[in-house]
Amino acid sequence: MMYEDEPIAGYPLPMRDGHSSPGRLERILRDGHFAVTSELAPPDSADPNEVYERASLFDGYVDAINATDGSGAHCHMGSLAVCALLTRMGYALIMQISCRDKNRIAIQGDILGGAAMGVCNMLCLSGDGVQTGDHPDAKPVFDLDCMSLLNIARTMRDDSTFQSGRKIEHAPHVFLGAAANPFVQPFDWRPLRLAKKIQAGAQFIQTQYCYDVDRLRTYMQTIKDMGLDDKVFLLIGVGPLASARTAEWMRNNVPGVHIPDSVINRLKGADDQKKEGVNLCVDLIQEIKEIEGVNGVHIMAYRQEHNVPDIVERSGVLNGRTPWHPRLFEGDANVQTQMDKLHD
Amino acid sequence: MYKVRLWSTRRARMMEILYAALEKTLLICAPLMERIGYKRLEKPVAAIEKGIKGVLFDCQMCGQCALSKTGMSCPMNCPKSIRNGPCGGVREDGYCEVKPHMRCVWVEAWDGSQRMKNGGDISIVQVPIDHRLKGSSSWLREVRLQRDAAKLVASDSGEGTS
Repeated sequence: MMYEDEPIAGYPLPMRDGHSSPGRLERILRDGHFAVTSELAPPDSADPNEVYERASLFDGYVDAINATDGSGAHCHMGSLAVCALLTRMGYALIMQISCRDKNRIAIQGDILGGAAMGVCNMLCLSGDGVQTGDHPDAKPVFDLDCMSLLNIARTMRDDSTFQSGRKIEHAPHVFLGAAANPFVQPFDWRPLRLAKKIQAGAQFIQTQYCYDVDRLRTYMQTIKDMGLDDKVFLLIGVGPLASARTAEWMRNNVPGVHIPDSVINRLKGADDQKKEGVNLCVDLIQEIKEIEGVNGVHIMAYRQEHNVPDIVERSGVLNGRTPWHPRLFEGDANVQTQMDKLHD
Repeated sequence: MYKVRLWSTRRARMMEILYAALEKTLLICAPLMERIGYKRLEKPVAAIEKGIKGVLFDCQMCGQCALSKTGMSCPMNCPKSIRNGPCGGVREDGYCEVKPHMRCVWVEAWDGSQRMKNGGDISIVQVPIDHRLKGSSSWLREVRLQRDAAKLVASDSGEGTS
Protein backbone atom coordinates (compact mmCIF):
# COMPACT_ATOMS: atom_id res chain seq x y z
CA MET A 1 0.00 0.00 0.00
CA MET A 2 1.25 3.41 -0.92
CA TYR A 3 -0.63 6.59 -0.17
CA GLU A 4 -0.98 9.48 -2.62
CA ASP A 5 0.73 11.73 -0.14
CA GLU A 6 3.47 9.17 0.47
CA PRO A 7 6.65 10.83 1.77
CA ILE A 8 10.24 9.68 1.34
CA ALA A 9 10.73 6.63 3.51
CA GLY A 10 11.72 7.75 6.98
CA TYR A 11 9.67 10.95 6.90
CA PRO A 12 6.23 11.24 8.49
CA LEU A 13 3.05 11.09 6.45
CA PRO A 14 1.02 14.29 6.37
CA MET A 15 -1.35 14.23 9.34
CA ARG A 16 -4.99 13.88 8.36
CA ASP A 17 -7.74 15.91 10.01
CA GLY A 18 -8.98 14.33 13.20
CA HIS A 19 -5.91 12.09 13.46
CA SER A 20 -3.58 12.18 16.45
CA SER A 21 -0.50 11.00 14.59
CA PRO A 22 1.13 11.19 11.17
CA GLY A 23 1.34 7.41 11.16
CA ARG A 24 0.28 4.49 8.99
CA LEU A 25 -1.31 2.41 11.74
CA GLU A 26 -3.80 5.12 12.67
CA ARG A 27 -4.69 5.56 8.98
CA ILE A 28 -5.20 1.81 8.49
CA LEU A 29 -7.47 1.56 11.52
CA ARG A 30 -9.47 4.73 10.85
CA ASP A 31 -9.92 3.67 7.21
CA GLY A 32 -11.61 0.52 8.51
CA HIS A 33 -8.99 -2.02 7.44
CA PHE A 34 -8.32 -5.09 9.55
CA ALA A 35 -4.90 -4.29 10.99
CA VAL A 36 -2.04 -6.69 11.62
CA THR A 37 0.77 -5.90 14.02
CA SER A 38 3.62 -8.03 15.26
CA GLU A 39 6.33 -7.89 17.84
CA LEU A 40 10.06 -7.61 17.26
CA ALA A 41 12.22 -9.28 19.86
CA PRO A 42 15.12 -6.82 20.29
CA PRO A 43 18.54 -8.48 20.07
CA ASP A 44 21.03 -9.02 22.87
CA SER A 45 23.52 -7.25 20.69
CA ALA A 46 24.72 -3.84 19.60
CA ASP A 47 24.60 -4.78 15.93
CA PRO A 48 22.00 -2.69 14.07
CA ASN A 49 21.86 -5.25 11.26
CA GLU A 50 20.21 -7.72 13.60
CA VAL A 51 17.39 -5.24 14.11
CA TYR A 52 17.02 -4.66 10.37
CA GLU A 53 17.00 -8.39 9.70
CA ARG A 54 14.42 -9.10 12.36
CA ALA A 55 12.16 -6.34 11.04
CA SER A 56 12.49 -7.50 7.44
CA LEU A 57 10.95 -10.87 8.36
CA PHE A 58 7.60 -9.06 8.59
CA ASP A 59 7.98 -7.09 5.34
CA GLY A 60 4.65 -6.92 3.57
CA TYR A 61 2.67 -8.66 6.28
CA VAL A 62 2.29 -6.23 9.16
CA ASP A 63 1.05 -2.65 9.48
CA ALA A 64 3.22 -1.82 12.47
CA ILE A 65 5.94 -3.43 14.55
CA ASN A 66 6.02 -3.37 18.34
CA ALA A 67 9.42 -2.60 19.80
CA THR A 68 9.30 -4.28 23.20
CA ASP A 69 10.74 -2.57 26.26
CA GLY A 70 12.60 -5.15 28.31
CA SER A 71 9.79 -7.67 27.91
CA GLY A 72 9.59 -10.30 30.60
CA ALA A 73 11.92 -8.01 32.59
CA HIS A 74 14.86 -9.30 30.52
CA CYS A 75 17.59 -7.01 29.34
CA HIS A 76 17.73 -6.45 25.55
CA MET A 77 18.38 -3.54 23.21
CA GLY A 78 16.09 -0.70 24.35
CA SER A 79 12.83 0.07 22.59
CA LEU A 80 13.75 3.68 21.87
CA ALA A 81 16.92 2.56 20.08
CA VAL A 82 15.09 -0.08 18.03
CA CYS A 83 12.59 2.61 17.04
CA ALA A 84 15.41 4.99 16.11
CA LEU A 85 16.92 2.41 13.77
CA LEU A 86 13.67 1.33 12.15
CA THR A 87 11.87 4.66 11.75
CA ARG A 88 14.82 5.79 9.63
CA MET A 89 13.92 3.01 7.21
CA GLY A 90 10.29 4.16 7.15
CA TYR A 91 8.79 1.38 9.25
CA ALA A 92 5.74 2.07 11.39
CA LEU A 93 6.69 1.41 14.99
CA ILE A 94 4.74 0.92 18.16
CA MET A 95 7.13 1.97 20.89
CA GLN A 96 6.39 0.06 24.07
CA ILE A 97 6.93 2.02 27.26
CA SER A 98 7.13 0.13 30.50
CA CYS A 99 6.91 1.84 33.90
CA ARG A 100 9.21 -0.71 35.51
CA ASP A 101 12.59 0.74 34.60
CA LYS A 102 12.19 4.50 34.34
CA ASN A 103 10.66 7.32 36.31
CA ARG A 104 8.42 10.06 34.93
CA ILE A 105 11.33 12.32 33.99
CA ALA A 106 12.96 9.66 31.81
CA ILE A 107 9.69 8.45 30.31
CA GLN A 108 8.48 11.88 29.25
CA GLY A 109 11.88 12.50 27.70
CA ASP A 110 11.54 9.26 25.73
CA ILE A 111 8.07 10.21 24.51
CA LEU A 112 9.46 13.45 23.08
CA GLY A 113 12.51 11.69 21.65
CA GLY A 114 10.49 8.88 20.13
CA ALA A 115 8.05 11.27 18.48
CA ALA A 116 10.95 13.36 17.17
CA MET A 117 12.35 10.25 15.46
CA GLY A 118 9.06 9.46 13.78
CA VAL A 119 7.49 7.04 16.23
CA CYS A 120 3.77 7.54 15.75
CA ASN A 121 2.41 4.91 18.13
CA MET A 122 3.20 4.33 21.77
CA LEU A 123 1.97 1.47 23.90
CA CYS A 124 1.73 2.38 27.58
CA LEU A 125 2.40 -0.56 29.89
CA SER A 126 2.96 -1.09 33.58
CA GLY A 127 5.51 -3.79 32.77
CA ASP A 128 6.32 -7.21 34.17
CA GLY A 129 7.74 -7.43 37.67
CA VAL A 130 11.55 -7.67 37.89
CA GLN A 131 11.35 -11.11 39.48
CA THR A 132 10.36 -12.70 36.15
CA GLY A 133 13.50 -11.53 34.39
CA ASP A 134 17.24 -12.05 34.32
CA HIS A 135 17.89 -9.29 36.88
CA PRO A 136 15.58 -10.13 39.80
CA ASP A 137 17.93 -8.09 41.99
CA ALA A 138 17.10 -4.85 40.12
CA LYS A 139 15.16 -1.96 41.64
CA PRO A 140 11.59 -1.91 40.33
CA VAL A 141 10.81 1.74 39.58
CA PHE A 142 7.04 1.89 38.95
CA ASP A 143 6.92 5.64 39.51
CA LEU A 144 3.88 5.62 37.19
CA ASP A 145 1.43 2.91 36.19
CA CYS A 146 -0.01 2.26 32.73
CA MET A 147 -3.02 4.45 33.49
CA SER A 148 -1.14 7.51 34.75
CA LEU A 149 1.36 7.06 31.92
CA LEU A 150 -1.48 7.17 29.36
CA ASN A 151 -2.82 10.26 31.05
CA ILE A 152 0.57 11.99 30.99
CA ALA A 153 1.23 11.08 27.34
CA ARG A 154 -2.19 12.37 26.37
CA THR A 155 -1.63 15.64 28.23
CA MET A 156 1.76 16.04 26.57
CA ARG A 157 0.12 15.62 23.17
CA ASP A 158 -3.15 17.50 23.63
CA ASP A 159 -2.22 20.22 26.11
CA SER A 160 1.49 20.52 25.25
CA THR A 161 2.50 20.24 28.88
CA PHE A 162 4.66 17.94 30.97
CA GLN A 163 3.14 16.37 34.07
CA SER A 164 4.78 19.21 36.00
CA GLY A 165 2.69 21.70 34.04
CA ARG A 166 5.73 23.08 32.21
CA LYS A 167 5.08 23.91 28.53
CA ILE A 168 6.22 21.75 25.63
CA GLU A 169 7.09 23.72 22.51
CA HIS A 170 6.17 21.11 19.93
CA ALA A 171 3.77 18.43 21.17
CA PRO A 172 4.43 14.75 20.38
CA HIS A 173 1.83 13.63 17.82
CA VAL A 174 1.31 10.07 18.89
CA PHE A 175 -1.45 7.49 18.67
CA LEU A 176 -1.76 6.04 22.14
CA GLY A 177 -2.19 2.39 22.93
CA ALA A 178 -2.59 0.23 25.98
CA ALA A 179 -2.75 -3.43 26.83
CA ALA A 180 -5.74 -5.40 28.09
CA ASN A 181 -6.12 -8.88 29.41
CA PRO A 182 -9.71 -10.13 29.15
CA PHE A 183 -8.61 -13.62 30.16
CA VAL A 184 -7.77 -13.17 33.83
CA GLN A 185 -9.64 -12.19 36.98
CA PRO A 186 -11.60 -10.15 37.95
CA PHE A 187 -13.68 -10.76 34.82
CA ASP A 188 -16.45 -8.25 35.72
CA TRP A 189 -13.90 -5.52 36.20
CA ARG A 190 -11.93 -6.05 32.96
CA PRO A 191 -14.37 -4.19 30.64
CA LEU A 192 -14.65 -1.38 33.21
CA ARG A 193 -10.90 -1.18 33.41
CA LEU A 194 -10.82 -0.85 29.62
CA ALA A 195 -13.24 2.07 29.98
CA LYS A 196 -10.84 3.59 32.50
CA LYS A 197 -7.94 3.21 30.05
CA ILE A 198 -9.96 4.90 27.32
CA GLN A 199 -10.75 7.73 29.72
CA ALA A 200 -7.03 8.00 30.48
CA GLY A 201 -6.19 8.32 26.78
CA ALA A 202 -6.02 4.88 25.14
CA GLN A 203 -6.95 4.94 21.44
CA PHE A 204 -5.97 1.41 20.55
CA ILE A 205 -5.61 -1.78 22.55
CA GLN A 206 -3.42 -4.83 22.07
CA THR A 207 -4.57 -7.73 24.21
CA GLN A 208 -2.75 -10.56 25.90
CA TYR A 209 -2.61 -13.89 23.99
CA CYS A 210 -6.09 -15.17 23.21
CA TYR A 211 -6.50 -18.95 23.26
CA ASP A 212 -10.04 -18.89 24.60
CA VAL A 213 -12.34 -17.42 21.95
CA ASP A 214 -15.47 -17.99 24.03
CA ARG A 215 -14.13 -15.83 26.81
CA LEU A 216 -13.16 -13.19 24.25
CA ARG A 217 -16.69 -13.25 22.81
CA THR A 218 -18.21 -12.64 26.25
CA TYR A 219 -15.78 -9.76 26.81
CA MET A 220 -16.47 -8.24 23.40
CA GLN A 221 -20.21 -8.46 23.98
CA THR A 222 -19.84 -6.46 27.20
CA ILE A 223 -17.57 -3.96 25.42
CA LYS A 224 -20.23 -3.55 22.77
CA ASP A 225 -23.04 -3.18 25.30
CA MET A 226 -21.01 -0.47 27.04
CA GLY A 227 -20.46 1.29 23.70
CA LEU A 228 -16.69 1.07 24.08
CA ASP A 229 -16.07 -0.57 20.70
CA ASP A 230 -16.66 2.81 19.03
CA LYS A 231 -14.19 4.57 21.26
CA VAL A 232 -11.14 2.37 20.84
CA PHE A 233 -9.54 0.09 18.25
CA LEU A 234 -9.12 -3.46 19.52
CA LEU A 235 -6.29 -5.66 18.30
CA ILE A 236 -6.45 -9.16 19.73
CA GLY A 237 -3.20 -10.86 20.73
CA VAL A 238 -2.45 -14.24 19.15
CA GLY A 239 0.62 -16.41 18.77
CA PRO A 240 1.75 -19.85 17.63
CA LEU A 241 2.55 -22.34 20.39
CA ALA A 242 5.66 -24.44 19.69
CA SER A 243 4.37 -27.60 21.40
CA ALA A 244 2.01 -28.90 24.06
CA ARG A 245 4.88 -28.79 26.54
CA THR A 246 5.60 -25.14 25.78
CA ALA A 247 1.89 -24.39 26.18
CA GLU A 248 1.81 -26.08 29.57
CA TRP A 249 4.97 -24.30 30.63
CA MET A 250 3.53 -20.94 29.56
CA ARG A 251 0.29 -21.60 31.35
CA ASN A 252 2.10 -22.40 34.57
CA ASN A 253 4.93 -19.89 34.41
CA VAL A 254 3.91 -16.84 32.40
CA PRO A 255 1.49 -14.84 34.55
CA GLY A 256 -1.60 -13.67 32.73
CA VAL A 257 -1.57 -16.31 29.99
CA HIS A 258 -4.69 -18.44 29.99
CA ILE A 259 -4.60 -21.59 27.84
CA PRO A 260 -7.58 -23.98 28.01
CA ASP A 261 -7.04 -27.77 28.14
CA SER A 262 -8.67 -28.18 24.72
CA VAL A 263 -5.80 -26.23 23.13
CA ILE A 264 -3.16 -28.35 24.84
CA ASN A 265 -4.97 -31.56 23.90
CA ARG A 266 -5.15 -30.50 20.26
CA LEU A 267 -1.38 -29.97 20.22
CA LYS A 268 -0.73 -33.24 22.05
CA GLY A 269 -2.74 -35.16 19.47
CA ALA A 270 -0.78 -33.80 16.50
CA ASP A 271 2.10 -35.59 14.74
CA ASP A 272 3.95 -32.35 14.14
CA GLN A 273 3.16 -30.17 17.14
CA LYS A 274 5.00 -27.10 15.87
CA LYS A 275 3.05 -27.18 12.63
CA GLU A 276 -0.17 -27.71 14.53
CA GLY A 277 0.67 -24.68 16.67
CA VAL A 278 0.78 -22.56 13.52
CA ASN A 279 -2.47 -24.14 12.25
CA LEU A 280 -4.10 -23.37 15.58
CA CYS A 281 -2.96 -19.76 15.37
CA VAL A 282 -4.44 -19.42 11.86
CA ASP A 283 -7.73 -20.95 13.05
CA LEU A 284 -7.85 -18.59 16.04
CA ILE A 285 -7.28 -15.54 13.84
CA GLN A 286 -10.05 -16.64 11.49
CA GLU A 287 -12.46 -17.06 14.39
CA ILE A 288 -11.42 -13.82 16.05
CA LYS A 289 -11.75 -11.67 12.92
CA GLU A 290 -15.44 -12.60 12.70
CA ILE A 291 -16.17 -11.16 16.15
CA GLU A 292 -17.86 -7.78 15.97
CA GLY A 293 -15.78 -4.93 17.33
CA VAL A 294 -12.41 -6.55 16.61
CA ASN A 295 -10.21 -4.26 14.49
CA GLY A 296 -7.14 -6.38 14.04
CA VAL A 297 -4.71 -8.90 15.44
CA HIS A 298 -1.40 -8.55 17.19
CA ILE A 299 0.80 -11.56 16.45
CA MET A 300 3.33 -12.37 19.16
CA ALA A 301 5.45 -15.12 17.64
CA TYR A 302 8.37 -15.23 20.03
CA ARG A 303 11.19 -17.26 18.43
CA GLN A 304 8.81 -18.07 15.56
CA GLU A 305 8.88 -14.69 13.86
CA HIS A 306 9.68 -16.40 10.55
CA ASN A 307 6.23 -18.01 10.69
CA VAL A 308 4.39 -14.66 10.78
CA PRO A 309 4.12 -14.28 6.96
CA ASP A 310 2.66 -17.80 6.67
CA ILE A 311 0.17 -17.16 9.48
CA VAL A 312 -0.97 -13.85 7.98
CA GLU A 313 -1.15 -15.27 4.47
CA ARG A 314 -3.19 -18.31 5.44
CA SER A 315 -5.57 -16.46 7.71
CA GLY A 316 -6.46 -14.14 4.82
CA VAL A 317 -6.90 -11.15 7.11
CA LEU A 318 -5.15 -8.68 4.86
CA ASN A 319 -7.76 -9.15 2.16
CA GLY A 320 -5.23 -8.80 -0.64
CA ARG A 321 -3.65 -5.70 0.90
CA THR A 322 0.15 -5.44 1.11
CA PRO A 323 1.26 -3.25 3.98
CA TRP A 324 4.03 -0.76 3.22
CA HIS A 325 7.62 -1.92 3.67
CA PRO A 326 10.96 -0.54 2.51
CA ARG A 327 11.29 -2.94 -0.43
CA LEU A 328 7.69 -2.69 -1.58
CA PHE A 329 8.34 -0.72 -4.72
CA GLU A 330 11.84 -1.90 -5.49
CA GLY A 331 12.21 -2.15 -9.22
CA ASP A 332 8.99 -0.24 -9.95
CA ALA A 333 10.23 2.41 -12.41
CA ASN A 334 7.32 4.83 -11.88
CA VAL A 335 7.69 4.84 -8.15
CA GLN A 336 11.43 5.17 -8.49
CA THR A 337 11.11 8.32 -10.60
CA GLN A 338 8.57 9.73 -8.14
CA MET A 339 10.94 8.98 -5.27
CA ASP A 340 13.87 10.52 -7.11
CA LYS A 341 11.82 13.66 -7.63
CA LEU A 342 10.99 13.77 -3.96
CA HIS A 343 14.62 13.30 -3.04
CA ASP A 344 15.58 16.20 -5.28
CA MET B 1 -0.75 -8.18 58.89
CA TYR B 2 -1.83 -9.80 55.66
CA LYS B 3 -4.81 -11.59 57.22
CA VAL B 4 -6.16 -8.45 58.91
CA ARG B 5 -5.91 -6.55 55.66
CA LEU B 6 -7.94 -9.19 53.83
CA TRP B 7 -10.43 -9.09 56.72
CA SER B 8 -10.74 -5.29 56.38
CA THR B 9 -11.34 -5.43 52.63
CA ARG B 10 -14.06 -8.05 53.12
CA ARG B 11 -15.68 -5.51 55.48
CA ALA B 12 -15.20 -2.64 53.07
CA ARG B 13 -18.72 -1.29 53.68
CA MET B 14 -18.17 -1.12 57.42
CA MET B 15 -14.79 0.54 56.88
CA GLU B 16 -16.41 3.02 54.52
CA ILE B 17 -18.92 4.01 57.24
CA LEU B 18 -16.14 4.28 59.85
CA TYR B 19 -14.09 6.39 57.49
CA ALA B 20 -16.98 8.75 56.79
CA ALA B 21 -17.50 9.15 60.56
CA LEU B 22 -13.80 9.82 61.08
CA GLU B 23 -13.79 12.43 58.36
CA LYS B 24 -16.77 14.19 59.93
CA THR B 25 -15.13 14.16 63.35
CA LEU B 26 -11.88 15.50 61.97
CA LEU B 27 -13.69 18.28 60.16
CA ILE B 28 -15.51 19.24 63.35
CA CYS B 29 -12.16 19.37 65.13
CA ALA B 30 -10.59 21.32 62.26
CA PRO B 31 -10.89 24.81 63.80
CA LEU B 32 -9.17 23.56 66.92
CA MET B 33 -6.48 21.87 64.82
CA GLU B 34 -5.95 25.08 62.93
CA ARG B 35 -5.44 26.90 66.22
CA ILE B 36 -2.84 24.37 67.33
CA GLY B 37 -1.29 24.42 63.86
CA TYR B 38 -1.18 21.58 61.31
CA LYS B 39 2.60 21.58 61.39
CA ARG B 40 2.70 20.86 65.11
CA LEU B 41 0.06 18.14 64.70
CA GLU B 42 1.74 16.45 61.74
CA LYS B 43 4.03 14.09 63.67
CA PRO B 44 1.57 12.82 66.31
CA VAL B 45 -1.35 12.49 63.86
CA ALA B 46 0.85 10.71 61.32
CA ALA B 47 1.96 8.31 64.06
CA ILE B 48 -1.64 7.55 65.07
CA GLU B 49 -2.66 7.16 61.42
CA LYS B 50 0.25 4.82 60.77
CA GLY B 51 -0.69 2.74 63.80
CA ILE B 52 -4.36 2.34 62.91
CA LYS B 53 -4.06 2.01 59.15
CA GLY B 54 -0.93 -0.10 59.47
CA VAL B 55 -2.86 -2.74 61.39
CA LEU B 56 -6.04 -2.59 59.35
CA PHE B 57 -4.73 -2.13 55.81
CA ASP B 58 -0.96 -2.68 55.88
CA CYS B 59 -0.79 1.04 55.13
CA GLN B 60 2.57 2.16 53.68
CA MET B 61 1.99 5.86 54.53
CA CYS B 62 2.18 7.12 50.96
CA GLY B 63 0.62 10.34 52.27
CA GLN B 64 -2.14 10.44 49.65
CA CYS B 65 -4.56 7.80 50.76
CA ALA B 66 -6.80 6.34 48.05
CA LEU B 67 -8.42 3.60 50.17
CA SER B 68 -11.96 4.86 49.67
CA LYS B 69 -11.45 4.64 45.90
CA THR B 70 -9.70 1.28 45.92
CA GLY B 71 -12.25 -0.90 47.71
CA MET B 72 -10.40 -0.34 51.02
CA SER B 73 -7.46 -2.40 49.68
CA CYS B 74 -4.22 -0.40 49.91
CA PRO B 75 -2.67 -0.17 46.41
CA MET B 76 0.78 0.44 47.87
CA ASN B 77 0.86 -3.24 48.81
CA CYS B 78 0.88 -4.08 45.10
CA PRO B 79 4.51 -5.05 44.32
CA LYS B 80 4.29 -2.82 41.24
CA SER B 81 2.67 0.01 43.27
CA ILE B 82 -0.07 0.12 40.66
CA ARG B 83 -2.62 2.79 41.62
CA ASN B 84 -4.97 1.80 38.79
CA GLY B 85 -4.97 -1.97 38.76
CA PRO B 86 -5.08 -4.83 38.43
CA CYS B 87 -2.36 -5.55 35.90
CA GLY B 88 -2.69 -8.32 33.34
CA GLY B 89 -0.54 -10.72 35.33
CA VAL B 90 -3.13 -11.88 37.86
CA ARG B 91 -2.88 -15.64 38.32
CA GLU B 92 -5.80 -17.91 37.48
CA ASP B 93 -6.64 -18.26 41.17
CA GLY B 94 -6.61 -14.47 41.77
CA TYR B 95 -3.13 -14.39 43.30
CA CYS B 96 -0.31 -11.94 42.56
CA GLU B 97 2.14 -12.56 39.70
CA VAL B 98 5.06 -11.21 41.72
CA LYS B 99 4.16 -12.75 45.09
CA PRO B 100 2.41 -16.03 44.30
CA HIS B 101 1.25 -16.51 47.91
CA MET B 102 -0.45 -13.12 48.17
CA ARG B 103 -3.96 -12.36 46.92
CA CYS B 104 -3.81 -9.73 44.17
CA VAL B 105 -4.32 -6.39 45.91
CA TRP B 106 -6.55 -5.27 43.05
CA VAL B 107 -8.66 -8.41 42.85
CA GLU B 108 -9.36 -7.69 46.52
CA ALA B 109 -9.95 -4.01 45.70
CA TRP B 110 -12.58 -4.90 43.11
CA ASP B 111 -14.26 -7.23 45.61
CA GLY B 112 -14.18 -4.52 48.29
CA SER B 113 -15.56 -1.87 45.94
CA GLN B 114 -18.54 -4.11 45.20
CA ARG B 115 -19.40 -4.10 48.89
CA MET B 116 -19.20 -0.31 49.25
CA LYS B 117 -21.83 2.35 48.70
CA ASN B 118 -19.45 4.57 46.76
CA GLY B 119 -17.43 1.67 45.35
CA GLY B 120 -17.91 3.05 41.83
CA ASP B 121 -15.10 5.50 42.63
CA ILE B 122 -12.71 2.69 41.68
CA SER B 123 -13.31 3.87 38.09
CA ILE B 124 -11.66 7.24 38.76
CA VAL B 125 -8.18 7.43 37.19
CA GLN B 126 -5.69 7.92 40.03
CA VAL B 127 -2.89 10.39 39.40
CA PRO B 128 0.71 9.34 40.05
CA ILE B 129 2.07 9.49 43.57
CA ASP B 130 3.75 12.63 44.87
CA HIS B 131 6.81 11.04 46.45
CA ARG B 132 7.41 14.10 48.65
CA LEU B 133 4.33 13.26 50.71
CA LYS B 134 5.59 9.84 51.80
CA GLY B 135 5.31 9.44 55.57
CA SER B 136 2.97 12.40 56.06
CA SER B 137 -0.60 12.22 57.34
CA SER B 138 -3.30 11.81 54.69
CA TRP B 139 -5.97 12.60 57.25
CA LEU B 140 -4.56 16.04 58.02
CA ARG B 141 -4.01 16.71 54.36
CA GLU B 142 -7.58 15.77 53.52
CA VAL B 143 -9.00 17.99 56.30
CA ARG B 144 -6.83 20.86 55.15
CA LEU B 145 -7.84 20.47 51.51
CA GLN B 146 -11.53 20.33 52.39
CA ARG B 147 -11.25 23.35 54.71
CA ASP B 148 -9.37 25.33 52.06
CA ALA B 149 -11.98 24.44 49.44
CA ALA B 150 -14.82 25.43 51.78
CA LYS B 151 -13.14 28.73 52.60
CA LEU B 152 -12.63 29.43 48.89
CA VAL B 153 -16.30 28.79 48.16
CA ALA B 154 -17.30 30.99 51.12
CA SER B 155 -15.09 33.86 49.98
CA ASP B 156 -16.35 33.48 46.38
CA SER B 157 -20.01 33.63 47.39
CA GLY B 158 -19.17 36.49 49.76
CA GLU B 159 -17.83 38.47 46.83
CA GLY B 160 -20.97 37.66 44.86
CA THR B 161 -23.34 39.23 47.40
CA SER B 162 -21.32 42.30 48.19
